[in-house]
Amino acid sequence: MADTATHAAESSPAPAMTHATHAATPAASPSASARPAPARIDPYRLRTDFPILATANRFGKPLIYLDSAATSLKPRAVIDAVDAYNAEYSSNIHRGIYEIAERATAAYEAARASIARLINAREAAEIVFVRNATEAINLVAYSWGRRNIGRGDTIVLTEMEHHANLVPWQVLVQEKDGDLEFVPITDDGLLQLEVYEALLHLRPKLVAFTHVSNMLGTINPVRELTEMAHAAGALVLIDGAQAAPHAPVDVQAIGADFYVFSGHKMLGPTGSGALWGRRELLEAMPPFMAGGDMIREVHLRRSDWNEIPYKFEAGTPDISAQIGMGAAAEYLMGIGLDGVQAHEQELTRYAMETLRREVPGIEIYGPEAEARGGVVSFNLPGIHPHDVAQILDRSGICIRAGHHCTMPLHERFDLAATARASFNVYSIPGEIDALAVGLREVVRIFGR
Amino acid sequence: MKSSAYSGAERILDPMDDLYRDYILEHYRRPHNFGVLDTPTASYEGSNPLCGDRITMMLGVSDGVVRDVAFTGRGCAISQASASLLTDEIKGKTVEEVEKMTPDDLLDLIGIDISPARLKCALLSLDTVAHALADMASKQDGAEPGPG
Repeated sequence: MADTATHAAESSPAPAMTHATHAATPAASPSASARPAPARIDPYRLRTDFPILATANRFGKPLIYLDSAATSLKPRAVIDAVDAYNAEYSSNIHRGIYEIAERATAAYEAARASIARLINAREAAEIVFVRNATEAINLVAYSWGRRNIGRGDTIVLTEMEHHANLVPWQVLVQEKDGDLEFVPITDDGLLQLEVYEALLHLRPKLVAFTHVSNMLGTINPVRELTEMAHAAGALVLIDGAQAAPHAPVDVQAIGADFYVFSGHKMLGPTGSGALWGRRELLEAMPPFMAGGDMIREVHLRRSDWNEIPYKFEAGTPDISAQIGMGAAAEYLMGIGLDGVQAHEQELTRYAMETLRREVPGIEIYGPEAEARGGVVSFNLPGIHPHDVAQILDRSGICIRAGHHCTMPLHERFDLAATARASFNVYSIPGEIDALAVGLREVVRIFGR
Repeated sequence: MKSSAYSGAERILDPMDDLYRDYILEHYRRPHNFGVLDTPTASYEGSNPLCGDRITMMLGVSDGVVRDVAFTGRGCAISQASASLLTDEIKGKTVEEVEKMTPDDLLDLIGIDISPARLKCALLSLDTVAHALADMASKQDGAEPGPG
């Protein structure tokens, strides 16, 4: 195992690891007979696209980045796209009548089109650029929520929401005197659908849930949840922050009304994100923030709003970040999200098997690998996750420790905190082997 | 903040063990003064919600001296070892001396380099003691209105 851990550090292909990766291939897709197996991605080749993977920590240990659910690493294509804007055509969008300004506007709108394609939106105008998924949810809560939620109205959420898909709704119902209801989860980290069904009898105005849990990794049955909500007359907002980067997402097939995600979790820059909403909904919504670019006509005492999506994009946005997010979408579509999903599922299964086998006493939370995205939260008995993360850091291993912005979910499992390893396209089995070695070292240090 | 917070790397011999030295782990595993006082004169529960660290400090003060001290809590090794070391340190000190203790004093006591991300863990114990003493002082002010 020490041997494989060493290989993990290198970005060049490691035969032993390739073997380990392929070992679990046959059962990769349950619907393998119905459609062709997804094109495999080659994480060893992809790793060379990520300059940061060639860096080392202060002890000379190569970076082993297992915190992609917090934010992802950035490939050269994204870095170059951001740099090109700053170095070659830095200028404002939707304004300048000169060459570089037109180039900036074109690049910005091309990014919007790429992101629309990534989630199969009907049209690019349904993509509103925001700073991150949090801002997207706040936009809906302020704009749609303040117009449509009133006294006694119910919003249904789940117990596994990230604070971003909880607190904005708390603020809204407190202001409007509405109610929040929560779909509870099973000990395996799955939504209790029979309770969900019962809650829908309350005729909620909105149902908001995460596509993939950032702590448990649970992949929720979004299409089914959406159909049930619509049958009860509710609109549906889906937090796709942990889904859009990791699997093919088709908002039209899901049938949702709003879908939100962050650029920085999908190989794009921080400060970029997207809200997708159905055109008719976005058109009926008042602006969230007011200022330049979101208006058609301004008079001293009144203004007319611009068309969507510009109505929601007041002021100069983070132009280079959104262009970078577009580059990230192109990168992901280029390597193929079917393959990304298969890779990360295989890796998650490998992680759960390896950690359970190699690390005595480890407790892993959430569903089995078949039902989860590339997220594994765990604890070592009697050792605080911060101590775990601190010791792993010495070996160049980056994991998250804390409550991952899901305090109610940790309360649900009576946990103060957890440690979390999470994966992306560049993650490889050798890194998981290194994690297992590191965790054994943690156990040794605390057990001596 | 201690100026050396991030400067420890170059003088670490065994990088795995610098933070988790035996005495730190020993204080974590078998904390000193762990328990409760039946009738504390000062008591406070401090927490770092972000980490889940939690410490309740109980002080027995008479004639301006901390005669007895106990704590309970749960959390990371740094926070619990820090509380254990601090309780040893303040027992027998005057309230005035304890109130004068600075974060640097506590970090010196802990004796390891704490990275900025872990400062909150390390300093929770002192922060909790300070709150307990402040609570005690405000209650005394309330209980003894004016010269009697």
